[in-house]
Amino acid sequence: MSLDEPTLAALIADHAARGAALEVVGSATRHSFGPGVRPEAQVSTAALSGVITYEPEELILITRAGTPMAQITDLLTQQNQMLAFEPPDYGALLGSAPGGGTAAGMVATNLAGPRRISHGAARDHTLGFRAVNGRGEVFKSGSRVMKNVTGYDLPKLFAGSWGTLGVMTEVTLKVLPRPEDVATLLLLGLSDEAAIAGLCAGMGSAHEVSGAAYLPAATAAAMPVLAGMGHSVAALRLEGPTPSVAARLTALREELGDRAVCHHLGTADSLTLWADIRDAGPLARQPELLVWKLSVTPSEGPATLARIGDHVLSWFDWSGGLIWVGLAPGETDGGAARVRAAIAPGGGHATLVRAPLDLRTRVPVFPPRQPAVTLLEARIKAGFDPAGILNPGRR
Amino acid sequence: MLMPVPDASLLARRREIIDDLRALLPDECVIADPIALRAYECDALTLYRQLPMAVALPRTTAEVAAVLAYCHREGVKIVPRGGGTSLSGGSLPVADAITVGLSKMNKVLEVDFDNRCARVQPGVTNLGITNAVQHAGFYFAPDPSSQIACSIGGNVAENSGGVHCLKYGLTTNNLLGIEFVTIDGTVMRFGGKHLDSDGLDLLGIVTGSEGLLGLVTEVTVRILRKPTTQRALLLSFPTVESAGTCVGAIIAAGIIPAGMEMMDKPAIHAAEAFVKVGYPLDVEALLIVELDGPPVEVDHLVARVSEIAAGCGAVGNRASTSEVERMGFWAGRKSAFPAVGRIAPDYICMDGTIPRKRLPEVLRAMDGMAKHYGLGLANVFHAGDGNLHPLILFDANKPGDVEKAEAFGADILRLCVDVGGVLTGEHGVGVEKRDLMTHQFDQVDLDQQMRVKCAFDEGGLLNPGKVFPALTNCAEYGKMHVSGGNLPFPDIPRF
Repeated sequence: MSLDEPTLAALIADHAARGAALEVVGSATRHSFGPGVRPEAQVSTAALSGVITYEPEELILITRAGTPMAQITDLLTQQNQMLAFEPPDYGALLGSAPGGGTAAGMVATNLAGPRRISHGAARDHTLGFRAVNGRGEVFKSGSRVMKNVTGYDLPKLFAGSWGTLGVMTEVTLKVLPRPEDVATLLLLGLSDEAAIAGLCAGMGSAHEVSGAAYLPAATAAAMPVLAGMGHSVAALRLEGPTPSVAARLTALREELGDRAVCHHLGTADSLTLWADIRDAGPLARQPELLVWKLSVTPSEGPATLARIGDHVLSWFDWSGGLIWVGLAPGETDGGAARVRAAIAPGGGHATLVRAPLDLRTRVPVFPPRQPAVTLLEARIKAGFDPAGILNPGRR
Repeated sequence: MLMPVPDASLLARRREIIDDLRALLPDECVIADPIALRAYECDALTLYRQLPMAVALPRTTAEVAAVLAYCHREGVKIVPRGGGTSLSGGSLPVADAITVGLSKMNKVLEVDFDNRCARVQPGVTNLGITNAVQHAGFYFAPDPSSQIACSIGGNVAENSGGVHCLKYGLTTNNLLGIEFVTIDGTVMRFGGKHLDSDGLDLLGIVTGSEGLLGLVTEVTVRILRKPTTQRALLLSFPTVESAGTCVGAIIAAGIIPAGMEMMDKPAIHAAEAFVKVGYPLDVEALLIVELDGPPVEVDHLVARVSEIAAGCGAVGNRASTSEVERMGFWAGRKSAFPAVGRIAPDYICMDGTIPRKRLPEVLRAMDGMAKHYGLGLANVFHAGDGNLHPLILFDANKPGDVEKAEAFGADILRLCVDVGGVLTGEHGVGVEKRDLMTHQFDQVDLDQQMRVKCAFDEGGLLNPGKVFPALTNCAEYGKMHVSGGNLPFPDIPRF
């Protein structure tokens, strides 16, 4: 089925007039992520496909909403460029096929990989978009230039809106050169606390660390490259021109070397390891577990995990600020109460990334917000989608 | 510049409003004396001036909330003000509004090196953040040229940039959280020391909203470790085109310099006459390329950029070998505005962004405009990210010059939009570019933005007359655009 903007606008206007809800999807790779109850009618942007403009020297790519991520990644790789926030592929984690996803789906979910701590998320790389709002009107926001403060920054609002504000038809993305080389410094056998302290020290060094993850021994044992090490592993990634990576690896090792036994990974092993961390590999390989993802103050990571208590699998990314937790199924609330209670007030939030449908119907998947903020959000949403027909309850 | 007609009933209540504010704040925090109010009559866009009804200077979040709740209840309009350095009139007072200044909230509350962040009050200056963390080798990356005076609260409101945006981003990319007070006095927190929003990205939408959505009372910023080495190249070119080509070639080679600044011939001459740093005077364009990182990387990239520049026809190439030399390269660029101020009685600084590759034709067109208006023009350019700062030279004492300069500026900004760029890259819309918004956005685009405004401030009390060319009653935006029972796109088949 082919789709264009006017047709989509008419479809949405029609649903708005009837007050009929629509589920908005790209390629539905994250369909099992989010609340269980969804509208019956669905609109997919997959048919709005194709890269419109790619100008490597201008560092921009303009694409229709439904262009497959795989196609975009290929195109960028040919020019030695990338989306710097490392969009993760949760296909395996969420039980859909790996290698899926669309451009607008990536923006709408605002997910980011290990480079989140140094380069930001999709929100930081979405320069502009076109969309159909819940009234069936086509509008645009942002632009195709890096530096733009003209009007409200609606691209920020759309990044992470999960299709609840409008259906994006076109997105403009900032792209960056792919680093020439990569290496990883490993600190072996540290406790949770000592490991996160080591990662924070690395992030605070002058050596431009672009990935800082800590894999407890049981998790490391289930990962490629690290499996044989028999220890917990704190991993710090360095990227850039080859001579710079080599010099920074030496310097970082000197700075952190007295904390633990050090080891390092070269290019190929580094690429394999960080891709597995990015895609939540250890939990993708244990499909029976419930998956929670917490964003907290990095140095609070270990204490937060300790407060959660019993779990099967866990690791930290983002220097301790991102905690992945795998829980055994069986708790009535999927662990929601104890996971969310582990976070200090104002200190972060927890999302239920993977759970059976019935659990996602009973337990809020996304973190509850302050009541006044929820009201404000509702007013903002109503400004885009007054009839509340777009992905209701999705965020 | 037309501002909304003041509400006579509000003006008539001035005395009462001042008394009410004095009941909420200590006397020294409410300014009502017309002479003292003069200090607040304009921001850095000094072309426009207006006395506010009064100025309130709350000292705490609770006082800000009390003032806003009062204004909300009584229908009193508010112009928020940080350091007062806006170049677009963002904090230009409004005749029937009070100005709320955050300058008394100027404490650094917490520095957290483990989590690489600082929590500060909105009145702390941009440079004040760096000053609070530099003893440990850290800094705050956004560096607007007003950084010595502009406040972080203002930086959030304007999403301020600087010369290092290409590599380090704008303010929005360097924020972790804010405390925010809505017009009804509700205090909210968006973000914190953790990453990503737990819902809609309200931190993202408030950043760059130019004081139209609420007041920021606390800011948590990301701080970065200072790079170990910085070196700059001073490259000169016989044509603007070859300098532009060189910028593109550097980026295409996979190099993202920390800064990449271009100056045209009039700007080079003005700067050299002012600071005498040895800029070549017989060239058409000068490019400063700054590289930072570990010494081995910087040396490696300096060599590669030199090669690229030679391939693009650079006629001069100096790489700094000391901090003194590097600062010398920058001295001219950083003093470009005052330098231009010496060669003309007045100037206005424009701020459009263009797709970088369109630079030569834009410069040619601006040259034509300068001749048409009979006014001088000098250009400095954040070349890496396409942000253009044309400086229009005029004499405010010469009849007609102000109007000509304004018209010239508007022509430049329309041109920026026409080649695929935007009206403002970092200075904000404010009052200056308000009436040009319809050139960049269709009515439906603007309506959608206005609905965001209405979600935060239904009564339109916050920073009225700024950003949007015409304010419609928020109730109007609540309606579905259905006229006479017809849906949009009546000719398209229904599903």
